Amino acid sequence: MTTEVAIVGIGMHEFGRTEGVSGMDQGVIAVRRACADAGVSWEDMQFAFGGSMAAGAADTMVSLLGLTGLQFINVANGCATGGSALFSAYNTIRSGVFDLGIAVGFDKHERGAFRVNTKGSGLGDWYGASGLALTTQFFGMKINRYMHEYGISQSTLAKVSEKAFRNGAMNPMAWRRKPISEEEVLNSAMLSYPLTQYMFCSPGEGGVALILARADKAHLYTDKPIFLKAAVVRSRRFGSFEVLAPSIALEHNAGPTVDASKAAFEMAGMGPKDMDLAQLQDTESGAEVMHMAENGFCEHGEQEFMIQAGETEIGGKFPVNTDGGCLANGEPIGASGLRQVYENVLQLRGQAGARQVPNDPKTAYTHVYGAPGISGVTILSR
Amino acid sequence: MAQVPVTEGVFTWPSESPQLIGSRCVTCGNHMFPVQQGCPKCTGAETEEVLLGRRGTLWTWTVQGFPPKAPPYAGDVDPKTFKAFGVGYVELPGQLKIESRLTEADPEKLKIGMEMEMVIVPLSTDANGNEVVTFAFAPVA
Ligand SMILES: [Zn+2]
Repeated sequence: MTTEVAIVGIGMHEFGRTEGVSGMDQGVIAVRRACADAGVSWEDMQFAFGGSMAAGAADTMVSLLGLTGLQFINVANGCATGGSALFSAYNTIRSGVFDLGIAVGFDKHERGAFRVNTKGSGLGDWYGASGLALTTQFFGMKINRYMHEYGISQSTLAKVSEKAFRNGAMNPMAWRRKPISEEEVLNSAMLSYPLTQYMFCSPGEGGVALILARADKAHLYTDKPIFLKAAVVRSRRFGSFEVLAPSIALEHNAGPTVDASKAAFEMAGMGPKDMDLAQLQDTESGAEVMHMAENGFCEHGEQEFMIQAGETEIGGKFPVNTDGGCLANGEPIGASGLRQVYENVLQLRGQAGARQVPNDPKTAYTHVYGAPGISGVTILSR
Repeated sequence: MAQVPVTEGVFTWPSESPQLIGSRCVTCGNHMFPVQQGCPKCTGAETEEVLLGRRGTLWTWTVQGFPPKAPPYAGDVDPKTFKAFGVGYVELPGQLKIESRLTEADPEKLKIGMEMEMVIVPLSTDANGNEVVTFAFAPVA
């Protein structure tokens, strides 16, 4: 008999660029805000899982938060760092080892496209020297093939960005809070065909912390516990098409997102039709389109109609990336997956303000994807 | 000016008709590029070196529209002189799909399914004044 798990406190440091505040400090601020939200103090934390890609070892934040002697484990798992911290915290409580703990992620990246460490990624120097070590190229190539196979238009890619910036404008924590029209998106610089500048998210800064408790003790901390029904991380299988691959097999495999999604739905005992809203990885606008189908929310190609008809808008049939996603928030790697969960907790509590999804949503889904071919999914319910 | 490859062991050079150097799994026949030991398909541990085909079809593509960060990029990163370059995956029949620079960067001239052939292209000049070359795929005229 496993223990159910609830999220009882959430905290976030504003995403974007905060001069003079280190990535670690942003993580600490997120932790303090999460503690305040749950009405607990740092001393109450029995354990922590935390990570960042570029802003230091998370466990050193205890010198700022208080040396309480808690079990603190650093997590480093590429783009799924936040998701992996949450997975670990979830299972620590489920297994009955501890009753109350925290998952924290933060980051602060240099400006411009991510500089790929080819050695750290297991690639030869020739690969970067030849101009192939750019994650942006993968996204351009994946959506270009997808558009060819399933008839997705450039207009649909632009509409995804337009929606992201419109939603971001309603989110006080977002980086980009100015609406940008479909036309402006299409006319911005072509970075990696068919993707333009405003179709890509940027590396950024931010921090998020989530406090988890045994579900049967959640009432001690909140009158609106949000239950974590599934947390899953999957890596790639043979034949999938992933970022930074000098070659790929002739055989086709659907990739880690499909595997993670199926496993999460099975764990939660629910299906895609049971979800009221979703935050899906939108490193660029094409990713959101493809991830709608890879996560089971539509058939391949149906996105063209759905997005043109506004079905993924906040007031639509199935809202996607209600907080503006990576496009409007930027992508501090360590915090990005936890930001999605933070937004879903707000939505399920009914605390999302101007961007609140109507009709009291009861279930919500998150999906993160990144290098080197890794996906993390969570399912939340009230 | 002497020509030197961006690295040894990735393609045959110098050569009249250069080829990429890959691996083939002794157990299941799976092809890999670049050379590696161990097969991701069948988990077999034994592979042998194999020269890959020079022609294939374009599976997907993009155009690198801004100068990559240097390092690791060795080519021209000056925004004033930088020229966009194509990047794609070329499907080599019976082998695998290879990621490569393309000699064509005009979206109007790149089509999924078009015939491509491997060529060697200049990339930069090294400290000794040698021309550094890498591989690319060019549309078959
Ligand atoms: Zn094999």
